[in-house]
Amino acid sequence: MTTPPAPPAAPVLSVRDLSVRFRMRGGRHVAAVTDVSFDLAPGQCLALVGESGCGKSVLASALLGLLPGNAQTAGTAHLDGTELLTASERELSRSVRGRRIGLVPQSPAAHLTPVRTVRAQLEETVRELTGTPKHALRAAAEQAAARAAFPADHLDRHPHELSGGLAQRAATALALVGDAPLLLADEPTTGLDRDLVDRTVDELRRHIDAPGGTGGVGTGGVGTPGDTGGVGRALLMITHDLAAAERIADRVAVMYAGRIVELAEAADFFGAPGPRHPYARGLLDALPDRAFTPIPGMPPELGDLPPGCAFAARCDRATDRCTSVVPALTDGAACHHPPGTPGEPVAAVREGAAGA
Amino acid sequence: MLELCAVTAGYDRARPVVRDVSLRVEAGEAVGLLGPSGCGKSTLARVAALLHRPDAGTVVLDGRPVSGYRHRATPAERTAYGVVFQQPRLSADPRLRLADLITEPLRATGRRTEAPTRLAELAPTVGLSSDLLSRRPHEVSDGQLQRACLARALVLRPRWLICDEMTAMLDASTTAALVAVVEDYRRESGAGLLAVGHDRVLLERWCDRTVGWGELGSSGAGG
Ligand code: SF4
Repeated sequence: MTTPPAPPAAPVLSVRDLSVRFRMRGGRHVAAVTDVSFDLAPGQCLALVGESGCGKSVLASALLGLLPGNAQTAGTAHLDGTELLTASERELSRSVRGRRIGLVPQSPAAHLTPVRTVRAQLEETVRELTGTPKHALRAAAEQAAARAAFPADHLDRHPHELSGGLAQRAATALALVGDAPLLLADEPTTGLDRDLVDRTVDELRRHIDAPGGTGGVGTGGVGTPGDTGGVGRALLMITHDLAAAERIADRVAVMYAGRIVELAEAADFFGAPGPRHPYARGLLDALPDRAFTPIPGMPPELGDLPPGCAFAARCDRATDRCTSVVPALTDGAACHHPPGTPGEPVAAVREGAAGA
Repeated sequence: MLELCAVTAGYDRARPVVRDVSLRVEAGEAVGLLGPSGCGKSTLARVAALLHRPDAGTVVLDGRPVSGYRHRATPAERTAYGVVFQQPRLSADPRLRLADLITEPLRATGRRTEAPTRLAELAPTVGLSSDLLSRRPHEVSDGQLQRACLARALVLRPRWLICDEMTAMLDASTTAALVAVVEDYRRESGAGLLAVGHDRVLLERWCDRTVGWGELGSSGAGG
């Protein structure tokens, strides 16, 4: 932020036409993710928003190689020269998870091992990921805790002795140990109070703005391939919390029924001109500080998607074309009839009728 | 009127999470109770719904101190309430189809015969199709299950609704939809509401008034 914008850095993560299908009993298929493409550059946060069941968590699992056995994937997901979708489990567990993708989990309390202190867990992770020798582990673990603003005097506590905020920081500290160039946060703010949401996302933001490598743990990362070389990390944040997304994201991807239906700069999306896709618009209008009006109906089943646009049954702009042809993502929105020519902002409905 | 009078409650008598809290909800009023997670507001909500016996203090329901808590409450007292919790998966019997889940309180109170009519009224209100009604909890999304849990809370036509972080797990549209269902029901029935949550923006939009946990009694020190 202190220097003029450099030419766009090569993406850390480049996803193309990623699809995930689940084979179900009776030969049924569930199209959990369909034709998803996006790039994520160092120092950038992309928020992937959508409601539960829209496919965003499946997408995260696909990137981490954690899909169940009945999943079939198509497309590509390049992380720094590694093709994640075809990498072996051995490669994923030895050199991707933790080392090149740091995972900030949804419920830190469940992610931390209940019977071990935060210090023990940090030391083990530091040893595994950085090869720090035994005599230096204690200092390295304390350093790792400090990076996530986890107080040193709480290191000897067990997870159940921590507040929600401190458990989240402990989990973040663990995610940062490997100095991974990509952080993947899966609903990191669910169930947290608004103040804590703000603090958590501000801390995540700090970790992507900070040049990578400088905060390295222990003996200096011992040549982990994840050395971000001073450019900052990339963050993929999966969330249904639009306020958290607004606070942290550079770009927003909206998922609906397994597809990205809108991909926009966060400032344009949350400010003017506002979202371009009718679903994304509806989602913002549902916020209690906006119109607080729900989108009618519910999303279709991923195992029984209609032909054409999956939002058509709920969309007041739908035409025959919408119910027969799947709209491609062009110009940031996958919609045959995108509303919102600039100048018709979302604000027009903000004053609208209260919560129905 | 629903009154909580000098309630002290918790799970360990030595360390109550609710200390000497008083709160009043007028008939037909919607009160938001705002507080951070872990502060004890959910415990207070459970006391208000007669699901947790306080260590001290009383709940006064429409002018009369309640006769007890949990199974000690009278049937009339228990059925005065509809309660919705944050985590639908923890409060829904995984073996029940959604249709049976919604009508469970009718069966439990010997009003089984009303089930088909009430179900036919409520399912469209909360937006559940007959296909969804025939599924079990693991076959639906969190949002769909929470719709069913809200329908279950309304099935006995309660005079008081207690919503404890009802929408904390839900996306913006489902949140707005469920709040609209609650408000439609309250408009038609005159029921009062205690909505407990951590989202100030939401509670202030939803409720007639919102009180902060710290403003209540001598509590607020809890972890
Ligand atoms: S493609 Fe048609 S149905 Fe789909 S969002 Fe756009 S206008 Fe609505």
